[in-house]
Amino acid sequence: MSITVSFTLNGEPVSAEVDNHTLLVEMIRDQLGRTGTHIGCDTSQCGACVIHVDGRSVKSCTMLAVQAEGADVGTIEGVALNGKLHPMQEAFREYHGLQCGFCTPGMIMSALDLVQQNPDPSEQEIRQWLVGNLCRCTGYQNIVRAVRAGAQAMRS
Amino acid sequence: MYEFQYHRPASIDEAKKILADNDEAIILAGGMTMLPTMKLRLARPSDLVDLSAIDSLRGIRKDGKTIEIGAMTPHADVAGSSVVQSEIPALADLAGMIGDAQVRNRGTIGGSLSNSDPAADYPAAVLGLNAVIKTDTREIAADDFFKDLFETALGPNEIIQAVRFPKPKRAAYAKFPNPASRYAVVGVMIAETTDGIRAAVTGAGPCAFRATEIEAALAKDFSATALDGLTFDAGDLNDDLHASPEYRAHLVIVMAKRAVAAASV
Ligand SMILES: Cc1cc2nc3c(=O)[nH]c(=O)nc-3n(C[C@H](O)[C@H](O)[C@H](O)COP(=O)(O)OP(=O)(O)OC[C@H]3O[C@@H](n4cnc5c(N)ncnc54)[C@H](O)[C@@H]3O)c2cc1C
Ligand code: FES
Ligand code: FES
Repeated sequence: MSITVSFTLNGEPVSAEVDNHTLLVEMIRDQLGRTGTHIGCDTSQCGACVIHVDGRSVKSCTMLAVQAEGADVGTIEGVALNGKLHPMQEAFREYHGLQCGFCTPGMIMSALDLVQQNPDPSEQEIRQWLVGNLCRCTGYQNIVRAVRAGAQAMRS
Repeated sequence: MYEFQYHRPASIDEAKKILADNDEAIILAGGMTMLPTMKLRLARPSDLVDLSAIDSLRGIRKDGKTIEIGAMTPHADVAGSSVVQSEIPALADLAGMIGDAQVRNRGTIGGSLSNSDPAADYPAAVLGLNAVIKTDTREIAADDFFKDLFETALGPNEIIQAVRFPKPKRAAYAKFPNPASRYAVVGVMIAETTDGIRAAVTGAGPCAFRATEIEAALAKDFSATALDGLTFDAGDLNDDLHASPEYRAHLVIVMAKRAVAAASV
């Protein structure tokens, strides 16, 4: 059965006709055309699909589109400001926190949630926070460095 | 996923009515178990009853010497609650060890307990801290709640509303997580309560259970060394690709010692 779902996406009101069983990530990618949010595992493990819903990071492959009705949704497309990379994005570039880039949108959305709760996370805290974000390329070292540098840039 | 009808009732009564009118209706809380199960087509509900719009089910309240946590409260709220951190730090710690940040942002205490996954963390807290589970019809003591693998004392369509935790004198939780999923291979909650010592084990058996031999040893002497030489019977413990029954039996004692040491500082 199809139903209209409306929410705010990166500050803009959006709506689309979806099925009850349409996943939020499918609505965002296939219907709203924002393909920065990736689907890696589709089993709640990898974090490639992490977005923000009402200010908190969630796995959008494990949420129904209908559950986002009326919510404030944020994706990677909303992170840069006026064409300028966000300090966290800039830090990933600067510190080579990505190789193929598939995990990166999820990493950044997850890291931004960490920094809003803990503006100065230690290396250990960053590693613990990112257990739900898998990267097949980098070996994580530079991701952790990037998040530390991004957090520092956001503080200053 | 198979097709289903979706409902987001604004009250418990409305939720009960939808559940009563539809035989195959199922409650949806955080969806962290339900949605993956439906994706695998292991569940085929006719209707999903999403409890997220029922405000009374969410939140943490202190009431004298107990803390009451609404069924729809996500793990992250329990882990981050200053009230829980100061009154029952072991409970805040346990909630902060569940899965990953995104799972903690969506997964709820009510969903975790109803599901009674053998490797879930909250069952050890509820059993170890001697909590009471409040449903829409009754109160269930922790000792009567967990029945078997994915089986609890909840009746059909019974809704957990809140969980009430009495403040222990001291308590701590130690967990050996599966490195991939973070679920407990073995987790042990040790608590000194007003009614004595309780030791609750999760991950090791079909559902959470109390380890009476550990409780007896700690009642004589509340120290990690009191468990030296104690062995745990591997007989009924889980055997899967993550650990053998013998290894789990060993971990029960090791985690119990770590929890006692942490509760003692
Ligand atoms: C990647 C991943 C890692 C995880 N790691 C851990 C871990 O380390 N430790 C751990 O303990 N858990 C872990 N979990 C499970 C998670 O913490 C959730 O607690 C769990 O999925 C259930 O909560 P939920 O709110 O998501 O419930 P749902 O999935 O929505 O529901 C689960 C079941 O409970 C029923 N139900 C829900 N609420 C109620 C209610 N109020 N009354 C009656 N019945 C109800 C539903 O009908 C359903 O049958 C993990 C999950 C994932 C996806
Ligand atoms: S695609 Fe959502 S966690 Fe992997
Ligand atoms: S950069 Fe390739 S998966 Fe992380």
